[in-house]
Amino acid sequence: MKAFTKLDARMAPLTMANIDTDQIIPKQFLKTVEREGLGKGLFYDFRFDEQGVEKTEFVLNRPEYKGVGVLVAGDNFGCGSSREHAPWALLDFGISCVISTSFADIFYNNCFQNGLLPVVLKPEEVQALMEEAKGGNHVVTVDLEAQTVVSPSGAAFSFQIDPQRKAKMLQGLDAIGETLTAAMDIDVYESKRALSEPWLERA
Amino acid sequence: MPPMSGKTLYDKIWDAHVVAQQDGEAILYIDLHLIHEVTTPQAFAGLRAAGRPVRRPDRTLAVADHNVPTEGQALGVGAVADEEARLQLQTLERNVRDNGIEFFPMGDIRNGIVHVVGPEQGRTQPGMTIVCGDSHTSTHGAFGALAQGIGTSEVEHVLATQTLRQKKSKNLRVTVNGTPGPGVGAKDFALAIVGAIGTAGGTGSVIEYAGEAIRGLSMEGRMTLCNLAIEAGARAGLVAPDQTTYDYMMGRPASPKGAAWEMALAHWKTFFSDDDAVFDREVVLDAADIAPTVTWGTSPEDVVAVTGNVPSPESFATPDKKISAERALDYMGLTAGQPITEARVDVVFIGSCTNSRIEDLRSAAAVAQHAFLNGRLVAPHVRAMVVPGSGLVKEQAEEEGLDAIFKAAGFDWREPGCSMCLGMNPDRLAPGERCASTSNRNFEGRQGRGGRTHLMSPAMAAAAAIAGHIVDVREMMA
Repeated sequence: MKAFTKLDARMAPLTMANIDTDQIIPKQFLKTVEREGLGKGLFYDFRFDEQGVEKTEFVLNRPEYKGVGVLVAGDNFGCGSSREHAPWALLDFGISCVISTSFADIFYNNCFQNGLLPVVLKPEEVQALMEEAKGGNHVVTVDLEAQTVVSPSGAAFSFQIDPQRKAKMLQGLDAIGETLTAAMDIDVYESKRALSEPWLERA
Repeated sequence: MPPMSGKTLYDKIWDAHVVAQQDGEAILYIDLHLIHEVTTPQAFAGLRAAGRPVRRPDRTLAVADHNVPTEGQALGVGAVADEEARLQLQTLERNVRDNGIEFFPMGDIRNGIVHVVGPEQGRTQPGMTIVCGDSHTSTHGAFGALAQGIGTSEVEHVLATQTLRQKKSKNLRVTVNGTPGPGVGAKDFALAIVGAIGTAGGTGSVIEYAGEAIRGLSMEGRMTLCNLAIEAGARAGLVAPDQTTYDYMMGRPASPKGAAWEMALAHWKTFFSDDDAVFDREVVLDAADIAPTVTWGTSPEDVVAVTGNVPSPESFATPDKKISAERALDYMGLTAGQPITEARVDVVFIGSCTNSRIEDLRSAAAVAQHAFLNGRLVAPHVRAMVVPGSGLVKEQAEEEGLDAIFKAAGFDWREPGCSMCLGMNPDRLAPGERCASTSNRNFEGRQGRGGRTHLMSPAMAAAAAIAGHIVDVREMMA
């Protein structure tokens, strides 16, 4: 997993609430057996019309938002399906941080498995960032170590994050390797359960 | 020290599965891992790259469901026309073979939608922890199992370690008291609950469903209810096991037998919330207040009683919600204030992990039969399809003659799979088509780009097929 430390990037506002993972990456892109290359399907139905022609009015298609690295989005971002293709698509598109007032649980978890930082700010702070993102110069600084977001105009907002998740994100650590250090505990647990619930042991 | 309070059902399952604590996270043992073709290829690739084996293939069960066509399954995966879908299905076949995982391939009578197959086979049991790379894994909570949807990285983690790293969620109890009126069932409860607490209402929580109306539900109904826990944003939904649960489980292929059954039963009976257990939040509804319910918008929280009208965006409290409602009305092609029964449907889909079990098909068939006996068929402009949840559901329905009723009334009788719930296979809506659907998500484009989805119960969907528009099933059956 790629580490996330500090990011200076331009941001784009996506004002809608309840953006679900079907919208982030529609079903036709889920047939891949790879993790890479999903950026082409990101927000596909927002970005392209039925003929596959770019919709010029959609925020990520507008010239001032080309190459953004941060998305500022409405409430409950990432609800719906568990598809990890959603964070994969965002990252492949170049977005490595999403800021919102709230995230759906599974999407939030999936972000941390991939080095995509989900930042929760207060409604008025998200609103302020949305406003600034509408302007011309909209480079934002997201500092995971300091747990701050500094807006283009210099307003600083701090955010909360689970300390363990933060530590792993900063180092880009693999969760499986860490869990396997407790392999002995898993062995012992399995042996006990095999005795207490023998009907679960399949020949 | 404060006095000890009792434990919730969720607390008990959680405590029984914590292997160790590491870095402030629990390493939670997983009893059953269900897998399918869409969310696993990258997980197996990750294991191969790291040289890690699957720890417990015997605790893993694979099905092919999301991508499969709903006709011609006997021809095998090689005959699947969509090249990418075929490659994904073949990748699953290779991965399960290489790792010794039990697999019900497409065309096997035991195959079907993963959340129908697990319970049907008796693999889903009370007190278990269950995961699957699919958000509707919450379905299995109907058995009093802690069942959660996970992403592909977590699928890889579970394959490698048979555990999940997690922090505990909060306890939310939703109680539905009283007795429902005629024509009202689990789907209406579920939609009414999502409408009441919102799609983010359960975020960070596990919902336990309780109360007289929940106790009165069959296992199929409880599965429908827990299936939609994720649409309320919850990590999982739970119903404490009881005699209804045990009756359902008795004699299933993977259910314990003989002395082991008695031992298992004694264990399962320990899974309930103590009387003095404390919930972080409580929500109480009365079943008598719930009408047959449908969605009008593009989020499962956009619900309205079938007797009601499409709401006005002005009726929403916040600017965000007003904008979302305006956008939803525009997308859905509806006008504020119009009766929801004016919505003319083009397509009816009866199926999905929410509503494709035998009881669901019986309730839809009862409506179809009633109409047929009164000289009515599926409305001429409507394309109506019934997709059973598994090969075994299909077989049972055919033994009961339900397929004959559906076909006589003008419904298309298909082979099992996820089908038009998410339109990954060829079953999907054309732009602008309106669908009465028994599935779980009315998101924009979910059933096909530009498609308009109204969620409802199987009986309501069958009634809509006959009437050609959304209709109150109680009137049709009167």
